[in-house]
Amino acid sequence: MSNEQNIQINLANIPQLLAHAIALENEASERYADLADLMEAHNNYDVASLFKKMSGIEQLHVNHIQEMVKRHRIKALPTVTYHWLSPEGPETTDTTDLHYLMNPRQALKLAMYNEQRACDYYANIAAHTQDEETRRLAQELSAEEAEHVGMVRVWMDKYPEPEADWDQDDDPPFQPD
Amino acid sequence: MSMTAETVNKPTPADYRSGIKPIWCPGCGDYSVLLEITKALATLELRSEEVAIISGIGCSSRIPAYSSCYGFHGVHGRALPVATGLKVARPDLTVIATGGDGDGFSIGGNHFLHACRRNVNITYIVMDNQVYGMTKGQASPTTDPDWDSVLTPGGTGIRAFQPLVIALASGANFVARGFAGDPAGTTNMIIEGIRHPGFSFIQILSPCATFRPDQREWRNMVREAPVPFTNDPSRAANRIMTDDGFNIGILYRGDRPPYETGRKGTPRDIDTIAEEFSV
Ligand SMILES: Cc1ncc(C[n+]2csc(CCOP(=O)(O)OP(=O)(O)O)c2C)c(N)n1
Ligand code: SF4
Ligand SMILES: [Mg+2]
Repeated sequence: MSNEQNIQINLANIPQLLAHAIALENEASERYADLADLMEAHNNYDVASLFKKMSGIEQLHVNHIQEMVKRHRIKALPTVTYHWLSPEGPETTDTTDLHYLMNPRQALKLAMYNEQRACDYYANIAAHTQDEETRRLAQELSAEEAEHVGMVRVWMDKYPEPEADWDQDDDPPFQPD
Repeated sequence: MSMTAETVNKPTPADYRSGIKPIWCPGCGDYSVLLEITKALATLELRSEEVAIISGIGCSSRIPAYSSCYGFHGVHGRALPVATGLKVARPDLTVIATGGDGDGFSIGGNHFLHACRRNVNITYIVMDNQVYGMTKGQASPTTDPDWDSVLTPGGTGIRAFQPLVIALASGANFVARGFAGDPAGTTNMIIEGIRHPGFSFIQILSPCATFRPDQREWRNMVREAPVPFTNDPSRAANRIMTDDGFNIGILYRGDRPPYETGRKGTPRDIDTIAEEFSV
């Protein structure tokens, strides 16, 4: 099992940083879309539509990073081996923390955790890159993620805590052959 | 540890996914295992058409449909004979069999023993959730005897099957136990299992979020095996028999030569053979 605390992410320049940024937002968006499908297959339409919304928001973040690529006059991003603190990108939802009966508050808690991890990831890059411009941009991205944490928290607080027996079901799903 | 990004062009795990959307319950460990298999294939840089994923029946046996590799979603308990036949006929393919504890150790238990014994160069990944997930929560061979459920009030009272020891005793050449929620460790285990010649058996503890909510605790129970793998089967068996089922890692790597999959003898014309049987 990996030890994330000791990993230092050292990215050399802005194109590398933006290549990672686009990849992590894309991966997060794809995962939310997959999870929305799973939730829909299990008739949890509230959480399915929430994950769909999150997938769309992450796609908007991809567009935002693409704007940054233009702003920095980068013609083509390098193809890189991605370096994350965990086996997947920092904004990608852990697939084991889910349940078909979970409520939107529980789903948004996961989303908030993802935003926090992204914030920490960029902070890690800012702390370890040797390049001053890359450091500034990583700090900017980290601050944006911190803002997202706050936004998701406000959104989450609109939903009630789940009931104590939220995962009880007398007729659990049947998986067809 | 310090890492720098370098420019490379490699396949990505997404390249090994089919367009079919999984319908597993949210939180099912099998989804993580799918990601781990695709990650392993990407790391090994195998092309989809160089790999075949063969399964039986069960939630865990759905994997071939979700992958872009060649696949065969077969008959309950019969993944291993199909995988064995395929590997013998097409030794150039990387053959992976996948399935569940019910598929592999109940109805397919006999095939499991003989696949270990034959030691054909395939990798068998069992997503063990100690339950029949697909058919709504019956006890399986690996279920603890005291697991109390609606279908088995008070538990089955039957001793749980020990797949890793059985695999060792039967001749498997590589034995490992992983946890679906440990993507890095499990991916590495799959890579090593595929690379290792002969029959590689990987038991992945893969929680059933729906019928075994108690397995959410597994993430706090698994730990790295305290000692590295051995190539001594009796030592490996002793370790497995005396652990609590939550030591994860590669536990055994043997050096038994794999079953030779190439053709033996000179191929004969089918009409000549038929003639010998004509009456
Ligand atoms: C010949 C036959 N017998 C019984 C069944 C019913 N059946 C379908 S899946 C399954 C057990 C699946 O359990 P497991 O292999 O552990 O897979 P899981 O769903 O837990 O991943 C059974 C008994 C069947 N499909 N075919
Ligand atoms: S029933 Fe269990 S094993 Fe089957 S998909 Fe659902 S969580 Fe996974
Ligand atoms: Mg099972």
